[in-house]
Amino acid sequence: MTTTASRPETRAQTPEEPRQPRVISFSHRLSKWDLKISPYLYISPFFIMFAIVGLFPIAYTAVISFMDWDLVRNSGTFIGFDQYIWILTQPHFWTALRNTFSIFLLSSIPQLILAIFIAAVLDRNIRAKTFWRMSVLLPFVVAPVAVGLIFTAIFADNFGLVNTWLGNLGLPGIQWHKDPFWSHVAIATMVNYRWTGYNALILLAAMQAVNRDYYEAATVDGAGPVRQFFSITMPSLRPTLIFVIITSTIGGLQIFDEPRVFDQFGRGGAGQQWLTITLYLYDIGWGQWNFGRAAAMAWILFVIILLIGLVNLLITRSLVRDEGLRRELTKRQEKELARQAKKDLKEAV
Amino acid sequence: MNSRAFRRGAVAVAAISASAIVLAGCAGSGGGTPSSDDNGEVTLTLATFNDFGYTDELLAEFTEETGIEVVHNKAATSNDARANFFQKLGKSGLADVEAVEIDWFAEMMQYADLLAPAGDDVKGRWLDWKEAAATDADGNLVAYGTDVGPQGICYRADLFEAAGLPTDREAVGELFPTWDAFFDVADQYKEATGKPFIDSANAVLQGIMNQIEYTYEEPDGNIIATDNPDVRESYDTVVDRAVPVAAYAGQWSEDWFASLASGEFATMLCPGWMLGVISGNAPDTTGWDIADAFPGGGGNWGGSYLVVPANGENVEAASQLAAWLTSPETQMKAFANAGTFPSQVEALESSELAAATNEYFNNAPTGEILTNRANAITVAPFKGPKYFQYHDALQNAVTRVFDGLEDKETSWDNWVTEVSAF
Repeated sequence: MTTTASRPETRAQTPEEPRQPRVISFSHRLSKWDLKISPYLYISPFFIMFAIVGLFPIAYTAVISFMDWDLVRNSGTFIGFDQYIWILTQPHFWTALRNTFSIFLLSSIPQLILAIFIAAVLDRNIRAKTFWRMSVLLPFVVAPVAVGLIFTAIFADNFGLVNTWLGNLGLPGIQWHKDPFWSHVAIATMVNYRWTGYNALILLAAMQAVNRDYYEAATVDGAGPVRQFFSITMPSLRPTLIFVIITSTIGGLQIFDEPRVFDQFGRGGAGQQWLTITLYLYDIGWGQWNFGRAAAMAWILFVIILLIGLVNLLITRSLVRDEGLRRELTKRQEKELARQAKKDLKEAV
Repeated sequence: MNSRAFRRGAVAVAAISASAIVLAGCAGSGGGTPSSDDNGEVTLTLATFNDFGYTDELLAEFTEETGIEVVHNKAATSNDARANFFQKLGKSGLADVEAVEIDWFAEMMQYADLLAPAGDDVKGRWLDWKEAAATDADGNLVAYGTDVGPQGICYRADLFEAAGLPTDREAVGELFPTWDAFFDVADQYKEATGKPFIDSANAVLQGIMNQIEYTYEEPDGNIIATDNPDVRESYDTVVDRAVPVAAYAGQWSEDWFASLASGEFATMLCPGWMLGVISGNAPDTTGWDIADAFPGGGGNWGGSYLVVPANGENVEAASQLAAWLTSPETQMKAFANAGTFPSQVEALESSELAAATNEYFNNAPTGEILTNRANAITVAPFKGPKYFQYHDALQNAVTRVFDGLEDKETSWDNWVTEVSAF
């Protein structure tokens, strides 16, 4: 940037083009460059920051993932894909993958359904709107570690709140820290507690943007609130839903805080019942100081998220119909209809 | 004109801010090195964790003697200290004197060449095994031992009485000559009361394994973990005999802390520093006592070292500080401050230590008991760089059996599969 800024000066100081009838002044030139370069300079701080704190670590991770890295001596030897192979042959990795998906599904699905429901309720004319909207966001403000502490007390095996209730009802207590499924339920509950309100507010914002005329017209046509919800609200939410689903997918696959604080060791349980991929990654990196393997793991996670994101996008696209393009017939049916119409026309003639 | 001037200014501002950000990104590292004043006066930094008993008054004594100022930084936990230590070792930014915990000491010994060796004058001050562990392959002593964790048996005299067991400190001590005898008493207690005898199965595993010289690794790097009959035998003993009489699989859970006061279990394996854990978490409980006994001979659990990174600015003064802090006299003061049991031969022989008692533990002569326990330690377990990982995985295997997730053989097989990947 400094070179481009200083170049005009040297050019302007060399008037060795006498044939030029009109001397383009330096300020003229500058304003020309200004027009071309300035926009890029204005947005450059972000990209420079991104290169330093985003792109560089990603690239560096990729390099380290191919090396047997010694953090202390800051050196490594190139060993190719060994780290990747090591991770993919670890039974713990596959357990972690299973757990991550299980927790992700147990949290994302109820969370989205609940968020849409809450948003739909908040979208109606209720009293003290702002109060309700703010209180929905309240759990999001609580630090995840604090959430962990609260829920540890709720889901303790011996003297936990839930098990005490179950005991009062004459039911046996649930082994939250032993049974993989129930540990996932407990962790998913923490996630849902934290993120449902956040997603509800995003969806609410999208709902508010829907043109109210649609609803009026629908009411005139005699559509009830349920029909209005599925025929107007849901299709209008499509772009927002895609956004929310993708962000919660990324968040869900990177889940770390909640399983980490689920017990005092933070290592996913003795039988890896609630070991997630990021928890495993953290343990390899900061527990065993094996940064090469941790880096390879990070890249594997990156690829998984990318793939799931794509699948997600495709599914969401086909599930939720586009607004405006409410095509009820397939192309083939349309063609068939057109052919039929032509035939009818001929016969009529 | 005005708008052009503005634009020109904007370009300059953008260029400057962009390069400033780049520069800011490059700075940041390299700070925090220790410094000496212009007039040659040295200021040392000392980094510890938890409580080593190094109070401001104690450090002021050093300043008085030598004229060297000491800045003391405490990390909250040993885990924080470990992360900080390995991130900066081999680069810069470590304190002049760093504390290292025994759990990650073997891990650190791989980098013994990055530490300044201690002088010959301090050699021989420590218990043999404490010093041997800090000596690298070339015979350099690279760390200064602080405390050790000789273990006795803590027990609830009131619960022993209810179960028809002797309550007198000396009589209880005679109950536990071997692990078999220990578990026999445990079975007897469980039969009489229906309650668990010992706090945790993994504490027993720790106690037994700390009496074996070579467990998972041999000094030449040979891995024997899964083939070692001693390891298998320890695992069998713990699973067959300790799991049925233990209250918990592991220590430090919410429920475990609560049980220190509630009397859910009657005994614990007790290194010196555990006395403070018990009295701190069950301040109103009476009946805790400590017996001068440990099944199968002595056993050490815990204890730390001080090291001097070789690339520090004031290595010589730092070595002086480390030697002073681990001298027998200073160690006795630290013992008085925080109960860290000294590892120096001379301190162990001092009359002050012999006279120390603990009111909470029924006025037990803790100084004398722990000294006997320290002298009873005959085996210095070799802990290789991956000891922590192997042991942690084996503890998980015991926990799986305890929780009823897997049976004994399955859990062992899973451990074998797991550790073969390390």
